Amino acid sequence: MTWKQMFTSSIGQKFVMAITGIFLITFLVVHVGLNACIWANDNGEMFNTGANFMASMLVIRIMEVVLFAGIIIHTIQGLVLTAANNSKRKVGYAVEYGNRGSKWYSRSMGLLGTLLLLFLIMHIYHFWVPSRLGGIANIKPLQEIDYSNGLGKQYHNLYLEMIQVFQNPLIVILYVLGCISLAYHLMHGFESAFRTIGLHNNRYLKMLRHLGRGFAIIVSAAFAMMPISIYLGWVK
Amino acid sequence: MEHYNMNLTLKIWRQKNVNAKGGFETYKVTDISSEMSFLEMIDVLNEDLINEGKDPIAFDHDCREGICGSCSMYINGKPHGPWKATTVCQLHMRAFKDGETIVVEPWRANSFPVVKDLVVDRSAFDRIIQAGGYISVNTGNAVDGNSIPVDKDKADKSFAAAACIACGACVAACKNSSAMLFVSAKISHLALLPQGHPERKSRAINMVAQMDKEGFGSCTNIGACEATCPKEIQITNIARLNAEYLSASLSSDKD
Amino acid sequence: MLDAKIPEGPLEQKWLDYKGHCKLVNPTNKRKMEIIIIGTGLAGASAAASLGELGYKVKAFCYQDSPRRAHSIAAQGGINAAKNYQNDGDSVFRLFYDTIKGGDYRSREGNVHRLAEVSVNIIDQCVAQGVPFAREYGGLLSNRSFGGTQVQRTFYAAGQTGQQLLIGAYQALERQIALGNVKMYNRHEMLDVVVVDGKARGIIARNLVSGELERHSGYAVLLCSGGYGNVFYLSTNAMGSNVTAAWKAHKKGAFFANPCFTQIHPTCIPVSGEHQSKLTLMSESLRNDGRIWVPKKQNDTRRAADIPEDERDYYLERRYPAFGNLVPRDVASRAAKERCDAGYGVGTSKQAVYLDYADAINRYGQIEAGKRDIHDANPAAIIAMGKEVVKEKYGNLFDMYEKITGENPYEVPMRIYPAVHYTMGGIWVDYELQTTVLGLYSLGEANFSDHGANRLGASALMQGLADGYFVIPYTIGNYLADQIRVAPMSVDHPEFIAAEKEVAERLNRLMNIKGKTSVESLHKRLGKIMWDKCGMARNAQGLQEAITEIRQLKEEFWSDVRIPGEINEMNNELDKAGRVADFIELGELMCLDALQRNESCGGHFREEFQTEEGEALRDDAHYMYVAAWEYKGDHNWELHKEDLVYEVVKPTQRSYK
Repeated sequence: MTWKQMFTSSIGQKFVMAITGIFLITFLVVHVGLNACIWANDNGEMFNTGANFMASMLVIRIMEVVLFAGIIIHTIQGLVLTAANNSKRKVGYAVEYGNRGSKWYSRSMGLLGTLLLLFLIMHIYHFWVPSRLGGIANIKPLQEIDYSNGLGKQYHNLYLEMIQVFQNPLIVILYVLGCISLAYHLMHGFESAFRTIGLHNNRYLKMLRHLGRGFAIIVSAAFAMMPISIYLGWVK
Repeated sequence: MEHYNMNLTLKIWRQKNVNAKGGFETYKVTDISSEMSFLEMIDVLNEDLINEGKDPIAFDHDCREGICGSCSMYINGKPHGPWKATTVCQLHMRAFKDGETIVVEPWRANSFPVVKDLVVDRSAFDRIIQAGGYISVNTGNAVDGNSIPVDKDKADKSFAAAACIACGACVAACKNSSAMLFVSAKISHLALLPQGHPERKSRAINMVAQMDKEGFGSCTNIGACEATCPKEIQITNIARLNAEYLSASLSSDKD
Repeated sequence: MLDAKIPEGPLEQKWLDYKGHCKLVNPTNKRKMEIIIIGTGLAGASAAASLGELGYKVKAFCYQDSPRRAHSIAAQGGINAAKNYQNDGDSVFRLFYDTIKGGDYRSREGNVHRLAEVSVNIIDQCVAQGVPFAREYGGLLSNRSFGGTQVQRTFYAAGQTGQQLLIGAYQALERQIALGNVKMYNRHEMLDVVVVDGKARGIIARNLVSGELERHSGYAVLLCSGGYGNVFYLSTNAMGSNVTAAWKAHKKGAFFANPCFTQIHPTCIPVSGEHQSKLTLMSESLRNDGRIWVPKKQNDTRRAADIPEDERDYYLERRYPAFGNLVPRDVASRAAKERCDAGYGVGTSKQAVYLDYADAINRYGQIEAGKRDIHDANPAAIIAMGKEVVKEKYGNLFDMYEKITGENPYEVPMRIYPAVHYTMGGIWVDYELQTTVLGLYSLGEANFSDHGANRLGASALMQGLADGYFVIPYTIGNYLADQIRVAPMSVDHPEFIAAEKEVAERLNRLMNIKGKTSVESLHKRLGKIMWDKCGMARNAQGLQEAITEIRQLKEEFWSDVRIPGEINEMNNELDKAGRVADFIELGELMCLDALQRNESCGGHFREEFQTEEGEALRDDAHYMYVAAWEYKGDHNWELHKEDLVYEVVKPTQRSYK
């Protein structure tokens, strides 16, 4: 069995989805943890410090490349698999199978993933592009803050950027919808990834199912609360 | 149980042969007893059709006691019909009400081409077994049966997986037309027994390769197969197949 | 007088000696020899796999869409083997003896002893193949007792033993297909044997999808096509189970032995109406705890629950106080028929008796209450506990019953009735499983050899696998060794052309009748004649009437059957018509056979020949032979006899009192 045979096989391709998926889940943990710092209500100091810490560490910079690679691989592989799977029944049924044994979101991972991709493009445009490549039109020149880290460096004020972006109710709604997609995507994807990499002990699968659902709801809700709380002015 | 008779409208897929274009035909059947099995209801319809000089509906069936795996009808959107853990031959007409319209379709999957009407070609399953769904032991080579003790729990799980009747309902139910439940049942049956260990790696690799070659889709762990399987084969077997396959392919020595 | 070619010498040495002295075919010659196998049940699949492993070129045929669907798959209970793992006194001899006695002394000692000998190898082989037999907590194989034997020698895989054994053989077969040793022909039906110079050299088969006729040549033909219970229309056989392959062979010279020996199983779910297409067996184990009864009043239409205790007739307990509900199959079956015929039957059809678990539920409930140390349990609690116990023991059977009947057997008594289950008769074979045509063999239920007049439970699986895995690989070599100088047969040989022409003509004739009656309705009528007059109980007058009626039916069939569709396409009606035509001819022979056997033995019960207590009365002085019938033309057979010689066992009258 060569690498090529493995990664072109149906299970091999699913393995790629699972591994990248689990990697993206770990990224979400970091991301949600860091972003939760906005609720420190210290005018973004903790958040910006954290963001800067991440931005200045070489390991994280490298991981950022890996993260993008993960997103791209997960996306492309997902689209390829979805297209392949959709082509396996050229003549369809007159009466659809329906919900027995499966949830709509489990059957809609391709759709949810596509929504997430669109969201992600918007999200990257809002935050990653200005912070890494310089500002964009609707972000005003950034306020300089002197952080007492002794280095006296100037930072990109990601916090302020968030505050500005989430003043637009439409964007807030789009972000909340993105988080809902994420919740459903994770609701299935979390447990499914572990099944795909071969975890087959019923006890652990059951644990992972609960963990996955909890994770999907809590993480997505936390993300969704960020634009909402900023928009409603709960963050100071 | 109260018996009752019913009149039904049937919309059934008719297709003369593999190359012909098929379509639905509508039939009425009257005075169908709630005691009949679904296939006996089709028998009644066929008898009517023959008396009218028309072609009866072709469908696969044989043992009519839920074990041979021949019968294969997609009834009102469900493989084997509305009851759980049941084959069509064990589905009885009590499941339906007077005046109902029932839509009957063949299994749909590229890998299961329609042969005629409701008959499909499931030989892909045989070829998957040929790829490795066995233990290579020639007749006469066996040691005493009790010289290989088998953990009872594993033996029971192995049996539960081996109960698969290869009807193909899992494929029919799966939105990806995936045969993973079928393949995983065989992989689990043999991998859980010590006798199956020497070949477990090549078995997993070869059976999955054949499954892909036959044109079945991949598994997205949605669970429709498990809910449809007349023998209640668990989806956990698919996870076990993934483990078997990945450990076999990752530990392979080829570049 | 027929010669079964049983090896000389002491019984336990016969097979050993045979194996030591039979001729062999060397590997290079095996590669050149094609063998044709009809049917892929336990016998066919195991033979195809084993012969493929030996290096022969095998062509296997089945009418189903996959070899794994053969009806061996439906066997529930288990498979016997003289392993004596339980240390309870079992041995090869005891299995041999039980089988001979169970067959009511109408089977061959030599064959049966060989069967008992190889039974142990079957278990080993199946375990090695990965058949998931039931196991004890220590990891060793589990046994249960079955069919009234005194030892625990039955190996099982829940209620799906046949399925698991068949899948084992099927997988071995698929492996040989993958290796190129076996070529599989699914959805093919054998429609004739081609006999050249007195030897079977090929077959004519029909592709059931395209309707094309095909010629296949080989050095030997193995009929592993199962039993003919569907001659009764309603049976526990699969819908497609048929006698056609065996019947074509019979018409080409293979003798048909003991056709009237059929087994009627007492515990089946009864017919629910005219639409009934087949019958479902409920495991015999249910009789361990259930009580069988009918109302004391004729044509009683009250619900079971409304019939008070003293108006119930527990007729088995009344007639057989010693054995009660556990009398052997044939006795239980006949007793149920007797009650129903006399007008005491229950249910809408009145062709059923009750199998009642109320007492068992109560009894188990009491025991359970005792175990749990509950002394003041109310009746409802006791019944609830009893139901739990019954569910644990028989839950899957109760579920199946409920699925089919819609009645909850925990609440109302089950209705059961006997049904045709197995045919002991079949193609006559000698010790080597060769028929009266050279190069033509018959294995498994298709042959007649091992079960005499009555088969013991869990022995059918044993025989199918014994024949396929362990007997035919030796005996076929003994014949083929002499054939290596014979050139392969061209399928253009005149005999092939003639045989194909004959088959095609018959098919055309069937298609061109264009009558008014469906195949199904004619089959139903045949079944009714057979069931009424050649079923559980037979008498000379009924059998003579049956022969007349069957002949009339045959005429009607060939002048009025309606087969829609075309000949050159998938045409299930045409397939069925061919099979029913053969069943009609077989039905006549069965009646003839039953008529000539002026005794009762095993499953063959002639009302004129019974003891005062109504038991089967054998006549060893006149009928201790195998009746082998030679086909001589329409309605014309010649009876040949093979005397049964008992060197070891002394035949006695079976008694259950």
